[in-house]
Amino acid sequence: MQLQNQIIHKLSNALTPVHLEVVNESGNHNVPAGSESHFKVTLVADVFEGDSLVKRHQRLYQVLAEELKSGVHALAMHLYTPAEWREKEGAAPLSPPCMGGEKG
Amino acid sequence: MEIMERIKQQIEGAPIVLYMKGTPQFPQCGFSSHVVQALAACDAEFTDINVLADPEIRENLPRYANWPTFPQLYIDGELVGGCDIVMELYQRGELKTMVEAAGKG
Repeated sequence: MQLQNQIIHKLSNALTPVHLEVVNESGNHNVPAGSESHFKVTLVADVFEGDSLVKRHQRLYQVLAEELKSGVHALAMHLYTPAEWREKEGAAPLSPPCMGGEKG
Repeated sequence: MEIMERIKQQIEGAPIVLYMKGTPQFPQCGFSSHVVQALAACDAEFTDINVLADPEIRENLPRYANWPTFPQLYIDGELVGGCDIVMELYQRGELKTMVEAAGKG
C-alpha cells in the first residue's frame, strides 16, 4: 500500500482533485503477489479545463516521474474536468478528496 | 545517426506510427494489444515499431515527447497518446476521423 498512498498523496497535493481514485491492478498481471506495479488512476480536477488529453496525461507523468522510474510499470489514467465527469457519471455529487488521514 | 534524429525520422516518416511492445500479430502487452485492435477497427494502415526489439528506442523515446510509457501513437508527427487516450478517442468515434485524415494534411 505504500506506493499507492504515495501516489494518492502526490496527486492530491499537486492537482487538488475534486475526485481521485487510485486502484492497484497489479493482481491482474504476471507479477508477485503484493506487487505495486500496475495502477489505475481516475482523477477529476479543474486544472484540466482547456487541456488536450495528452497535456492532461503529461501533467500526471510529471508529478509521478519518480514513481514511474522506480517500480511503477503501468499507469492507466482516466482524467476529466468536473463538467465532463458530471456528464459521464450523471448528477451524482462528487465525493470529497482524501485529506490524507489514516484509517483507524 | 543520433537517436533523437532517428526517432524524429521514424515519427515523421509515415502518417500513422505506433510504438508498441511486440508486434500487431503478437503483442507482448495488453495495452499495446488494445491500441492495435482500435486501429484495426478503424481500418488504419500504420507503421509499427517494436520497442522490445530496439532497446535504444525504448530507452530514449520517453524523452522525445515527455511520455514515459508504451504504447505511443503518433499521427502526422504528433503524439496522440497511449492506450487510455486512444481508447477514449475510439469510443467517441474520433479515432476513425483522425485516421482517415492522416497523411492528407
